[in-house]
Parts: sequence; C-alpha cells; structure tokens
Amino acid sequence: MSLVQYFASMLVGAPVIGFVMLGLSGLLHRPFSELVVDRIAKISVGVGLVGALGVLGVMMWSGHTLEVLDLGNFVEIGTEHFHFHLEFLFDRLSLPMVLMTFVLVGVIGSFANIYLAGDAGYHRFFLAFSMFLVGLLFAFLAGTIETLFFGWELVGLSSALLIAYFHERKAPVENGLWVWGVYRIADGAFLMAALMLHHLTGEGEFMRMVSSTAWPEGVVRMDTWSTWVVGVLLLVAAAGKSGLVPFSGWLPRAMEGPTPSSAVFYGALSIHLGVYLLLRMGPLYAESVGLRVLMFSLGMVSAIFAAMASRVQTDVKSALAFASVCQVGIIVMEIALGLWYVALVHIIGHAFLRSLQLLRAPTLLRDYRALENAIGGRLASGEPFWVSQLSAQRQMQWYRFALERGYMDALIEGWVLRPFVRFFRVCERIENQWLQRLDAVGGEKAKDVLDTERKRVSE
Amino acid sequence: MTEVNWFEVLPLLPLIGFLVLRLKLLSAAREVGLIVSGVTLLLATFLYLSGVVAGPGWFGSWWGWNLVHVDEFSGPLLPLTALIYFVTLLATVGHKTQQFSYAGALLSECLTLATMTTDTSWWMIVLLSLGVLPMWFEIRSRGGSTRLYELHQGLFVVCLLLGWWLAERSSQPSLNVSVVFLTIAVLIRSGAFPFHLWRIDMFEKGTFGSSILMVSPMLGAYLCMRLVLPTEPDWALHAISGLSLATAVYASGMALVQRDGRRFFCYLFLSHSSLVLVGLEMATPIGLAAGLSMWLSVGLALTSYGITLRCIEARVGRIDLDRYYGLYAHMPTMAAFFLLTGLASVGFPCTIGFIAGELLTESVVAYSPIVGSLVVVATMLNGIAVLRVYFRVFTGASHSTTIPMRSLLEERVAIVALSLLIVLGGVYPQPGVESRYRAAVHLLENYHRIPMQSGGVEH
Repeated sequence: MSLVQYFASMLVGAPVIGFVMLGLSGLLHRPFSELVVDRIAKISVGVGLVGALGVLGVMMWSGHTLEVLDLGNFVEIGTEHFHFHLEFLFDRLSLPMVLMTFVLVGVIGSFANIYLAGDAGYHRFFLAFSMFLVGLLFAFLAGTIETLFFGWELVGLSSALLIAYFHERKAPVENGLWVWGVYRIADGAFLMAALMLHHLTGEGEFMRMVSSTAWPEGVVRMDTWSTWVVGVLLLVAAAGKSGLVPFSGWLPRAMEGPTPSSAVFYGALSIHLGVYLLLRMGPLYAESVGLRVLMFSLGMVSAIFAAMASRVQTDVKSALAFASVCQVGIIVMEIALGLWYVALVHIIGHAFLRSLQLLRAPTLLRDYRALENAIGGRLASGEPFWVSQLSAQRQMQWYRFALERGYMDALIEGWVLRPFVRFFRVCERIENQWLQRLDAVGGEKAKDVLDTERKRVSE
Repeated sequence: MTEVNWFEVLPLLPLIGFLVLRLKLLSAAREVGLIVSGVTLLLATFLYLSGVVAGPGWFGSWWGWNLVHVDEFSGPLLPLTALIYFVTLLATVGHKTQQFSYAGALLSECLTLATMTTDTSWWMIVLLSLGVLPMWFEIRSRGGSTRLYELHQGLFVVCLLLGWWLAERSSQPSLNVSVVFLTIAVLIRSGAFPFHLWRIDMFEKGTFGSSILMVSPMLGAYLCMRLVLPTEPDWALHAISGLSLATAVYASGMALVQRDGRRFFCYLFLSHSSLVLVGLEMATPIGLAAGLSMWLSVGLALTSYGITLRCIEARVGRIDLDRYYGLYAHMPTMAAFFLLTGLASVGFPCTIGFIAGELLTESVVAYSPIVGSLVVVATMLNGIAVLRVYFRVFTGASHSTTIPMRSLLEERVAIVALSLLIVLGGVYPQPGVESRYRAAVHLLENYHRIPMQSGGVEH
C-alpha cells in the first residue's frame, strides 16, 4: 500500500467506523454517553482530516493531479459486464471539497456538542451527522457514478431526519417529509441519468466516461439526443438537491432543524452537492451549447428569485436560506459559462461564510447592537435604486410574490400533490365499492369482527 | 435401506407440529410453534449451507414418485421461507398470541416448504391449491365473509388446473388457451392489478401475522418460475411483466395515500412483489438475476417491516395513518428497525435491497428506458411512503401511556438477527448476487430460453 493510499484509507475509513459504531449502539439500544459520542465524532473527523491533508501533501510533493483509491468491485457479474465499482478519486475538484467538509463538519460538530448538550436527541443528532459525513465523502470522492449515488442517498436521508429532529412537534416532521419528497424526485432523476449514462457509454467510472486523465479535462462521446436527456436529468437532480427553482421551497422548510444542522447542510455542504454534480459532469455540458444555455437560465432565474425572497423573509434563517440559493444560482451560471475553477472557489468561500452566518443567527440582534455601538449609529438599511422606480402597486405585487416564496410550494401542492392524492383517493373509493359489492354477504359481519378487535386492543 | 432425504423431512416437521396442536397432544401452542419452526429453520439453513443435494427419498422408493427437487433457484428460498415463519411466530406477543393460529401457521409452512421443494407440476399444483385453505379457515373462524377470497382463490385454482391440463395436451402452447389460464393464475396469486382485491380483503379480515405469511413467500412468483417460464411464449411473459409494472406503480401510489396501517403494508408489499415479477419476466439472465435478488431482499426486508408494524399494532391497536402517534420515545429500537427495514425494501445503500434494486433498474433500463423510468417512479413513491409512515408512527406527537411499550426480549432477538442479515446482505452482496445469477442462467438454460452453456446475453 502506497503512502497516498494509506492516507486515503484513513480519510474514508475513520468516518465510516465512527458511523458504524454510533449506528450499532443505537440499534442495540446501548447508547453511548455524550462524552463517548463526542470523542467518536472528534476522532473520526480528526483522523479523516489528517488523512485528507496527507493525501494533499503527497500529491503536492509528487506533482500528481490525480490519485485513485481502488477498492475493487463491490459486486460483479463478469459475463454481463455488470459491476459496481468502488473507487475514490482525489483530484483538483474532490480534494478541496473534502478538506472543506472535514473543517466545517469538525467546527460545527464541536458547536453542536455544546449546543445540544443534555438534549434527549443528542445521540440521534450525531448518528445522522456521521451518516451525513460518510454520505458526503462518498459523493465528493466518488470515482464512479454509482458510488456518487450511494453517497447522495445517505446525504438525503440524514437531511430529512435532521430536519425532523424536534420530532415531537408536527411542523418539523411535515417539513422533513416534504424535503424527503423533493430529494426522492432528485434521486429518481439522478438514478435514471446514471443508468442511462452507464448504458450509453458502457462505463460507470467518471474518468473513462469522459476519456480523461484528471478533472477538468475530458470529453463525453454521446449523440446529441442522449446528451440532452442525460444532461436534463442531471440538471433536475442538481436543482432538487441544491434548492434551485422550482424546488427552492424546501430550503426554508429545512430550517426547522437545529441550528448546527441548518448551518452544515443548507448553508454549507449539502446545498452544494447538486452544483458539485454539475461540476463533475462538466465535460458532458461542455458538449452542448443548448444545455449550457438551459443551465445558465436555471441559475439566473434561481439567483434573481432567491435575491428577492431573501430580502423580505421575516426570520433570519429563511433569509439566509434564500441568500444561499442566490449564491448557488450564481455558481450554476459560472459553471454554465465554463468558469469551473471560479465556481469551485465560489463554493468554498460561500460555504464558510454562510456557515458562520448561520451559527451566529441565534445572536443576530446582539451582534447588530454591538455593531451599532461600535460605529456609533444605525446600520444603513437602504433599498436598491430600481425599487423606487416601480409603482406602489407593482412594489406590493413583487413584495407579496417574494414573501410567498414565488408561490412555488403552493403551485407544487396545487398542481402535483393534490391531483395525485385525489386520483388515488378516487381509486381507493372505487376499490372499496368493488370490495363491498363482491363481499356484500359478510361485509357487515366482518366489520363487526374488526370493531370488536379494536375495542379489545384499546381495552 | 433407503437413505433419508432431508428435503422431504423439511416440510414434514411443521406438519408434525400442526398435528400435535390439532390433536391437542400438547397445549402450549406458542412453544410448540416456536420449537418446530426453529428446528425447521435450522435444518433448512444447514441443508442450504452444506450444499446437500436432494436424493430419491421415500416417495421415490415407495411409489416411484420423485417429487423432491431443489436446485440453485429454490435452495436459498427454503431458509428464507423458514426464517419468515420463525420470526413471525417469535414476534407474536401480547394479545396477538390469543388471536394467532399457530396450528394454521405450521400447516401453511408445511405446504409452502413442500411447494418450494418440488418442480413436479401436478404435485406443485395440488400444494398451491391446498395452500389457500389455511387462510380461508382463519377468515371463517373469525366470522368474516370468505366470499371475495373464495372468488379469487377459486378462480386461481380453476385456472391453474385447467391451464396445466390443457398445456399437457397441446403441442403448440403458444396458440393454446392454456397460456391464458396459466397467466391469469399467476396474476391472481401474485395479486397483480386488477386481481389484487383479495389481498386487501385478507389483510382486513385475517390476522396480520397470517396475512404476512400468506404473501411473504411470494408463491405466485414461484409458480411463474416453475410452470410459466418453461412453457409460455414471450408475449405472455411480457403481458405479465407489463401488468406487474402497472401494479407496482399503482400500488406505490396507493401506499402513499393510505390511512390504515395494514392496507398500507398490503400495497407496499404488492408494489415490491410486482417489481420482483417485472425482473423475473424479463427472461434475460441479468433481469432474472435481478428479480431473484429482489425476491430475497423484499422477502427479508418487508417481512421484517410487516412484523414490526404488527408489534406496534399489538401495543396501540390498528394503526390510523391520519394521526401522529409519537412512539419514538417509548420504542427507539423498534423505530430504528422500522426505518431500516423500510429503507432496505426500497433499496437504500448499505442494505440488502440496494444492489437488487440497482440490478433491476439497470436491466430494465437496458430493455427500455421508459419502462426503467416507471420502475424508478415506483421505487421513489415507495421511499416517500416508507418515511411518511415512519414519521406518522414514531414522531409528530408526544405519546403518553401507563403501559410499558418497550420491545420484549423475543422481539429484540428477532430485530437484531434480521438487522444483521439486512445489513450484511447490503455490505457484502457478492455471494448472494452470484448465486442468483447462476440460478437465473440455470433456469433459462433448462427452459431453453437461452442456449446451453451460454455466458449470458450482452446488453
């Protein structure tokens, strides 16, 4: 085993072991004490960070721009050319993302250790948190599209569970389910895209798929139609995961979770997973001007909408959530323009800034007061010049549009959810009618039996 | 002296247990049931792991009937079926012990295992026909109307007998009406739309445990593999596949809007068992391998899921999904297991269903991307439904009770054993997938759907 592989194994292995330990203790109903949980979290992040720095150091020293940790085939059916290859890539895209992940997860983990100390859900939080870390590492380091999907799913579940962290109240749970629903749509689109890519190119490994030695070089050889189908599916997946239009509505809902998870998920890391996917698949989008125009438009619409929405939100976490979407929209525009390194730097800068803002959110008023005391006056609260150009009626219309978050959730609820539920309720009614018709003889008697059983149980 | 054929002994063990209980030789029904099903499980596991080959046996030497046949395909299904019966009996606690028929369960186990240890058509048809009786007796003994059940199962038996009788007398099965009869028989037994109403009726009127035992071994799929695949033309397979796919999507939608726990489980299982059939009816090595892998994962994961739901029902009565129960604080282990099994059924990473789901989607996308997208839609909806029910049952409220609700020792044993199987199957899937692929190739070669000694079909 070479030195870089040794470090890479540390990087991947430590968080996985931490997650397994916390998971087993939960499943066996032998929860660790808070001290032990904290130690496990710190050691897994610390060892992982050392591994990441080690890989970086070796790569800088050797001058290599790509290192691979090949764990072989997870599953293989040789004669069918089916294989699930576990391979981790360390390149100019994944390594900065991984380093950023360890730093932010470490900082926010320490913050959460104090913030949630003594809370009944302390263990549950850190279990979901470690699942999130593993998922994110798998997604960022994935050398194959299947591995990326593997990590992508773990991130989705941990997000939903952390949003529903305060689970004795209805609202966080309902919001968690909403976010899970959006994530499942994104997952579905991603899975379809991954399998179509696999099917069309015959490859699952990114490097072979884009015929390149290291990111960002490469070219995907597919016909125009296939490129469009896969490109659009990936765009839907990225939009769902990164909260772009029309899925932006889930982001403020996600703020129901505890502040540390809001910071790490929706301010810093999780929200960038979608744009990371677009960056990784950059060579695919480089093939089609039409797709890039579509991507640019999506980013622009999202950025403009989120900029408006963030200005009128009545709570600080929602305002920050939309501010994040605005930045992500701009990052998407940068990717569409081919400015991939700019996008990468933007992601990292934005992640750190937003995490800090979200962690400071509970003390916002105190911070404002301190600032005003320091400058000896009120902070400026001007409005953009173009707002004054609009009539009062127009201003009110736009204000309502932004305050209601573009009516996006209402539209999804009205056009997708309600028709869906109504359709299946009608089906249910028809089924019930048939059940009664076919079972007319003993329907009442059976009902009596059920009622008796229910009564007995409640007694 | 005739050598003991242990595969003949296997179904005889539960038969002996049934007779002991029916003749009232022992009164401790639960203990007898547990011991007999436990020994059956141990024997089935030993036979599978030691690779014992089915010999001629007593029936062969006495009457010249070589009824026992166990191959690569049915080998792992025997321990799986025995496990399903054992854990269902083990997790029968509280007031459920008074309602559940242990004798009926043992008779059902005997018939199911006997069906799975034969490929002699007429014997299988007799066993499958007898297999509908335990549930019929149970519904009758509970005072429910059996009309709907009789209509469906009567039609099933008639179609099965008629179909096979005609098939044996025809030289051109593709033009024969027998194909239609056998196809209808498979569709009814599998509960494919529009023949699924008997399952809803059964879950309503029968005990939850017996209903789980009736559907979990997936005898409709077994019938399909043994009787339909060897004889029916491609169009019939495509018809079953198409209807199964429609059922999978429909049932996943219905599962999402259900208001009753049992009905929800019924639709969730229906959706998954239909996906199994979609894979099996592809009649390609990889498609069949996907279907067979999914058979194992769904059998294990959803049976565990159903048993958990039943344990919860034993504590709070019939589960109304319109309200939040908030049981997490009272049964955290059960909650974790419920989530794990639900996610395993929808193919979440690190669980037994992950690779099975990937294989299925991959094989279906290779066949047709549109069909593949429908499989993805069904999986996506099932995923949302699983988390919705988790949230409804375990979160969203604060449940106060004076009765201790913690999981009992028997339940915890079942939970830990099943969790280990689900996770081990997920992190080390190669042996399972390899075995299922070999079984698929073996079946297709034997039934002349691919040339002998073929390495498989390229996709």
